[in-house]
Amino acid sequence: MNLAFELNGKPASLNIEPRETLAEVLRGRGRLTGVKISCEAQVCGSCTVLLDGLPVSACTVLAYEARGRRVTTIEGLADSAGRLHPLQQAFLDNFAFQCGFCTPGMILAAKALLDEKPGATDAEIIEHMSGNLCRCTGYLPILKAIRQAALAPRGQP
Amino acid sequence: MSEPARQRGEFAVVNHSVPRSDGAAKVTGSAIFASDIVLEHMAWAKLLRSPFAHARIVSLDAAAAKKRPGVVAVLTGDDLGALHPYYGHAVKDHPLLAIGKVRFAGEPVAAVIAEDELTAQEALDDIRVEYEELTPVLDVDTALAGKNRVHEKDYRLGGFRGFDDFPGASENICQAVYVEWGDVDAAFASAAHVVEGEFYFPMIYAYAMEPYVSVADYDAKGQLTVYSSAQHPFMVRQDLAAVFGLPFNSVRVIVPYVGGGYGSKSYTKIEPLTAACSWKAGRPVKLQLSVEEAFLTTRSDDARVRIRTAADANGRLVARQATIHMNTGAYAENSPMVARKAANRIVGPYRIPNVKIDCLAVYTNTVPASSYRGLGGAQVTFPAESQMDELAEKLGSDPVEFRLKNLAHRGESINPTHRPIDAEVADDVCEAARALKWDQPLAPGRARAVCCSASDAGAHPVTLAMVQVYSDGSVSVMSGSTEIGQGSHTVLAQIAAEEMGVPFEKVRLVGTDTATTLFERSTGASRTTTLMGRAVLEACREAIAQCKEMAAELLRVPADQLIEERGGVRCGGKQLTWAEILEQDFQMEGCSILGRAYLRRAGDLTEIPVFWEIGATGVEISVDQETGKINLDSLVTVGDVGLAINPAMTEGQDLGAATMGMGVGLFEELIYEGQQLMNGSMLEYRVPRFSDLPPVVQAKLVQNRDGVGPYGAKGGGEGAVNPLSPCLANALFRAAGVRIRRLPLTPERVWKALQEKQAAASRRGPQPAVRGK
Repeated sequence: MNLAFELNGKPASLNIEPRETLAEVLRGRGRLTGVKISCEAQVCGSCTVLLDGLPVSACTVLAYEARGRRVTTIEGLADSAGRLHPLQQAFLDNFAFQCGFCTPGMILAAKALLDEKPGATDAEIIEHMSGNLCRCTGYLPILKAIRQAALAPRGQP
Repeated sequence: MSEPARQRGEFAVVNHSVPRSDGAAKVTGSAIFASDIVLEHMAWAKLLRSPFAHARIVSLDAAAAKKRPGVVAVLTGDDLGALHPYYGHAVKDHPLLAIGKVRFAGEPVAAVIAEDELTAQEALDDIRVEYEELTPVLDVDTALAGKNRVHEKDYRLGGFRGFDDFPGASENICQAVYVEWGDVDAAFASAAHVVEGEFYFPMIYAYAMEPYVSVADYDAKGQLTVYSSAQHPFMVRQDLAAVFGLPFNSVRVIVPYVGGGYGSKSYTKIEPLTAACSWKAGRPVKLQLSVEEAFLTTRSDDARVRIRTAADANGRLVARQATIHMNTGAYAENSPMVARKAANRIVGPYRIPNVKIDCLAVYTNTVPASSYRGLGGAQVTFPAESQMDELAEKLGSDPVEFRLKNLAHRGESINPTHRPIDAEVADDVCEAARALKWDQPLAPGRARAVCCSASDAGAHPVTLAMVQVYSDGSVSVMSGSTEIGQGSHTVLAQIAAEEMGVPFEKVRLVGTDTATTLFERSTGASRTTTLMGRAVLEACREAIAQCKEMAAELLRVPADQLIEERGGVRCGGKQLTWAEILEQDFQMEGCSILGRAYLRRAGDLTEIPVFWEIGATGVEISVDQETGKINLDSLVTVGDVGLAINPAMTEGQDLGAATMGMGVGLFEELIYEGQQLMNGSMLEYRVPRFSDLPPVVQAKLVQNRDGVGPYGAKGGGEGAVNPLSPCLANALFRAAGVRIRRLPLTPERVWKALQEKQAAASRRGPQPAVRGK
């Protein structure tokens, strides 16, 4: 079946099987390998993508659910000139990753939060991000990064 | 070492928190991990796993699976006759697929190779296996009773140094390690204070977020190329070469970015099986495990530790004796080394004149155990440092003061066959105590603790590196260390930039690829900064020496009159950069020269360990008396790293390690019920989450430039995991008066202990309520 949706700001049309997950389709035919698959049980958040701006675990969402909707992956976050999103820059500045496997999901989950609450407090950040696991950093550098982006002047996509 | 002596603060690139060189790739999703690798004409493999812990395979019928459309081939134990199918760097006991017998529930018995993943998965249902169940050996005591054997035969040694005391697989003992000095019997007989107890450190799953994955291409020309999430590609190459009877130059192992390791991706995992699938299918094959399958691939050794420690009337340690039994699971993997390290590390950074440690790693019919961050250190620091507090309590001494009285000073021996300790651990402990405000009063129900550890780190020092200097002034470092997130690609580039006097951005890391980089034994045991860092530095020095010779000729001056200045040389008014030297010497653009370094166990790397990795952490906790929940309110890590090549990343290593230690201390445990692992998924296995982040976190660095690594650096990254769980147990005792000798300290376990304490107190009648200080 055909899946027509908006992928990282551009119209996309992919042939999918009804049983396929969004993560499989994005990683497979989409070659968007920034979508990382780990727990496959909605625990770790590494496969987080934004569906109409809200974070979902692409490993357990059927690709079909994305029909006619906006999907944002980590590959769609920098602007067309290649300038990093403030969150991406903040993750870099704060050493908010080591292996980097959780990073795309972390950044997208944080984006959803800051889009809704640009000045999110530490407590709000911690609450919101508790669906994203990181095994390397101990979370503090990630908190600092999101805090930096929350305090930064907004205006990026 | 030959590098010019420099003061801290004179460094241009090292000792600065330069942004990670892999940063842009990792925040934009363009970083390629092994799980992202797709080759032309690639097929997919899926594994059928045994439901039984111990069984004979009576028959295996894969005919229906082979007929399913889209299936390319099925690989079973019967196909392996043409190979040398048993692998293992320490003990060649691990068949790449079960051969005639399964030894743990979850062991792969067949692989289906198909055009796509789903077909391979569905075809597994078509395979019929008839098993004859054998009596499983599920725990250490049953294994040691020796009635049933996990392995029927003794195995040859792997191509690995240091296992000469391997006593064979008789009576299910995989490895025995005995460490002894002094006379413990006499010391305990005359000691003023003795504490004794049995502790248990559970099986742990490292949960590297990227599960094991490899892509193998055994091509028609007999060249085997494997992309893998392996930490130690050269060790994998060695196993692959042995399995397929190939020379080293025909086996190429490439490691892209790795999604976490923490020891769990040390040594060979699924690479021989993936390669055998490609060999059978005649085309590239990818084997991507799920996290549930990763649970069934590697875990940590658990450890039951019977330990006693004695002090004299003045509070000086006089003896320690311990018996460590580790459940190693079905195959040796790296457990012989874990056992050896555990036996050494249980002594800690203390002067103890009489020591006797017996450590057994024991085969059972459970998931194979292997390296886990700290390599035996976490397992034994929990009992060792718990007992330090128990002894302090008995002596009526402050636990920090008691430690300070017994810590070995720099240059003193803590193990007579090892390098004297190369750190002032007392300073680290004081730093942690100071950061916690140790002397300040506490509210009721709260407590602090400080613990420390010393690990014989670095593994065997064989590390080779190359540095290429190009005629445009750019530099590549060819290193066999893997970038597993620890930041090796950044740190090694910093060292090369510092030494060559070029901007950080001009240095590029090449690797990790066994075909283009020289041998590096492993990426683990906190060795990379120390050993590969030093190899890179020495390779730079060799390249510089070559440049100087060329410059001397070009400038017509003796080489010893050339003064090295950042990025080139000067003699009087004449100056040449490396780029100018190369271009003028070769009279052509685009040339490059090669600097090399071959580190081996010689010179100041003769003594083992290469360095002692110090762990020093402090915590402040509160205990919820109603629920038994421990809240970690304040965390301090102290990284005694000689020199932090990249301070922000070094602190990050300590925080990550301490957080893993918190997980071990509070939540993490693999639970077996009979033959089956009961909580082998992330729905059931609890790791630290964002909300577990302590409200106050302090990462301290101690930089005395006292290591054998570049500029006096020593390794880090494992130390902080070890002392964290005893910190929690000791703080719990000081906060709530209950001593728990089994991890994790779950609310249930703490609550029960509080109830028992209360019941005991009410049986005894009213007592003064205040205890301790």
